[in-house]
Amino acid sequence: MGDILSIIAKRLGLGLITLLVISIIIFFAVELLPGDIAQAVLGQGATEDNLAALRAELGLDRAAPVRYFEWLGNAVTGDFGNSLVSKTSVAEAIGTRFANTLFLATYAAVIAVPVAIFLGVLVALFRNSVFDRVANVVTLTSISSPEFFLGYILILFLAVKGGMFPAIAKIDDGMTLIDKLDRTFLPALTMVLVVVAHMMRMTRASIINLLASPYVEMARLKGVPAWKVIVKHTLPNAWAPVINVVALNLAYLITGVVLVEVVFVYPGIGQLLVDAVTKRDFPVVQACCLIFAATFILLNLAADVGSILTNPRLRHPK
Amino acid sequence: MTQDKSVLLNIKNLRIEGYSDENWIEIVHGIDLTLHRGEVMGLIGESGAGKSTIGLAAMGFTRDGCRISEGSSIEFDGMELTTTPAADLQSLRGARIAYVAQSAAASFNPAHKLIDQHTEAPLQYRIQKRLESQEDAMELYERLRLPNPREIGFRYPHQVSGGQLQRAMTAMAMACRPDLIIFDEPTTALDVTTQIEVLSAIRDIVDQFNTAALYITHDLAVVAQMADVIKVLLKGDEVEEADTRTMLEHPKDDYTKSLWAVRDFKKEQVPRPADTVPLISVKNVDASYGDTPVLYDVSFDIYSGMTVAVVGESGSGKSTTARCITGLLPPTKGEVLFQGTPLPPDYRDRTKDQLRQAQMIYQMADTALNPKVKISEIIGRPAQFYSGLHGPALKNRVDELLDLIELDPSQYYNRYPPELSGGQKQRIGIARSLAAEPTFIICDEVTSALDQLVAEGILRLLDKLQKELNLAYMFITHDLATVRSIADEVVVMQYGKVVEQGPKDVMFTPPHHEYTDLLLSSVPEMDPDWLTTLLEERGVDDMGEVEKNK
Repeated sequence: MGDILSIIAKRLGLGLITLLVISIIIFFAVELLPGDIAQAVLGQGATEDNLAALRAELGLDRAAPVRYFEWLGNAVTGDFGNSLVSKTSVAEAIGTRFANTLFLATYAAVIAVPVAIFLGVLVALFRNSVFDRVANVVTLTSISSPEFFLGYILILFLAVKGGMFPAIAKIDDGMTLIDKLDRTFLPALTMVLVVVAHMMRMTRASIINLLASPYVEMARLKGVPAWKVIVKHTLPNAWAPVINVVALNLAYLITGVVLVEVVFVYPGIGQLLVDAVTKRDFPVVQACCLIFAATFILLNLAADVGSILTNPRLRHPK
Repeated sequence: MTQDKSVLLNIKNLRIEGYSDENWIEIVHGIDLTLHRGEVMGLIGESGAGKSTIGLAAMGFTRDGCRISEGSSIEFDGMELTTTPAADLQSLRGARIAYVAQSAAASFNPAHKLIDQHTEAPLQYRIQKRLESQEDAMELYERLRLPNPREIGFRYPHQVSGGQLQRAMTAMAMACRPDLIIFDEPTTALDVTTQIEVLSAIRDIVDQFNTAALYITHDLAVVAQMADVIKVLLKGDEVEEADTRTMLEHPKDDYTKSLWAVRDFKKEQVPRPADTVPLISVKNVDASYGDTPVLYDVSFDIYSGMTVAVVGESGSGKSTTARCITGLLPPTKGEVLFQGTPLPPDYRDRTKDQLRQAQMIYQMADTALNPKVKISEIIGRPAQFYSGLHGPALKNRVDELLDLIELDPSQYYNRYPPELSGGQKQRIGIARSLAAEPTFIICDEVTSALDQLVAEGILRLLDKLQKELNLAYMFITHDLATVRSIADEVVVMQYGKVVEQGPKDVMFTPPHHEYTDLLLSSVPEMDPDWLTTLLEERGVDDMGEVEKNK
């Protein structure tokens, strides 16, 4: 196990370096946004003096590298500065929003991952049957449709016509968990529909890939029933690619859901980011991007560790 | 004890078709086969003879893309397998008919412990409870002379050696005490010394439980030890069948005779030339993979026009030595001289001319040739790279090389590797190495993936090329029969060291080094009593000794 710990430590270190590089890219990408920030904040009517005063207040008159290190130093301690628009702490504004996004992502993932893997096993078992094809067509259709379209379709049928779930997913801290789950069911379902196909197809492909291996033939020749061949003899060896695809999709659930949030008016981090970009609220943009980057890095790290742990050669060294 | 000798398996007019290019093509053409209880039948033939297909059909099983034709009959203990429903067939497998595959390393699931895979069938059929079945597994492990029989089952496949895995698989096949076991080349992937252990273990256990067996192999000497009856197959047809002794002493058919005669090829041994510098000289080479040392003080010389065979079991450092010579793995100590001048240890520091001198031919021609590239390009590229040929000169050179390896240029120039047979692919591999106009070629197990007749053709070709082009060969092999036929000098390696070296005639005449002796005496001979005699000579204690050394 010592090996695995050192691998994890190494990957974590690499992840931190990646994050540092990304922070540089984010900071200077925001710098490159066209237009003048002070101008955008104060509007067309501002005088030269006003603009200069605001620049001095925001520290924009100093050199970019100096500001970068200052920002980075503060960010490490959790201080992302104040929003230019609302003048309140960025960390606070993002905190609740990010918690909401995580809540919705977890909700969707808890449904999507088991469903995808279960379906993947089933379509592998009944490969090339009618069931396999139908499952393929349905999931591919759902992945090929834009999220906002899926969202509106669900609203139309399940909320407006069916009346089963609320169309607007506005939640606040005072609600019970059951209430929250009910309110957010439609956005969660939309996201499930978007991510299931990818994970299901990877599960199917990596199981079928192993069906030609000699140990599967051996299991069949030992009289092991077909479902058990899949579950006991291929699935344990098929995890590595599946875990990687699951991690990518989880990252997508957190970072790629702006449209779903907009459709369902859900107070998540995606909406905040879009607002901040239009208002040129660069401390918020930088903080959001950094959080997204960290999410990607952490999930990929988890996927790497997961694939290592499913390899018996690494779990049980000679 | 009187043993039941009634008919167990009766196959009549077995025809099997395979699906290829949108057509069903018959690959087994009406085989009849009768096997009695407790009898071992050897099925022998080259690849493509249909041995495995017939073996699997005896379990009522066909691989994907194959089917048993109408009119075939496979009767197992009174049951007609061709008409038995799939569910009933499945309950026969593992319980009454078991299978032992060629590569135990690939046929054990890497994710589960050996004993859990062993108990799977008994638990499935509710023959035994888990603990009972585990106890039984340990007993079988002990009978098959596995070390630590009570603990070895709780290891994962990758924690156990190849020979041990093969015995564990035989134990697994025995789990439900089947009436019939299909052995599909169970020792082909093993070293000679390990092969003996597995062969004797299989023979004992089949004997003890009066189990009938189909023993599939391409190795005549092995089948001579194992089988009561031998059936020779060729391209899905039966050539002849007879009891083992009759078959060995009086083969009737010409094809069988040619199989028997395969090992007759012997090149004339060339002595070392006097007063010349060796072409390649390996001097006191040490090498390691990372921190693990693999070669210790390896030294030997190779002269122009001579073949040096480097023999040893897997893991003895044969291929690593080749990697040091080619510069793929720079030695940690010592050096490699070419005609007396040291070569840079890393191939990246060698000149084009130095690189040209030493070429390689690989074991798996299948994977060593890019399947998407035309033959003309595979051979043409090194000719272009080293000799700067292009246009008509390049085409002439490729034609010339194809002529050298006895393939008709007009027919093969524009073809792709997947369209060729195994032997033809290996010939292309040879042509590619010749394209660089080398003086020295490393042949890494070049014949071990080939059928014996095809392998012999390759050996003859290599010999002819050596005489015409005055090539030096370093011939890496674990097959001593190959050494006997082609070597001038022999280097024996064990655990990364050279244990003995010398001219072939000296090496094959006693007294030998202890390890050379073990290797030589482990090579199966055609005599059906060879294994029995050898085991008596060595005694059971000696077998244990072999195990400990591993």
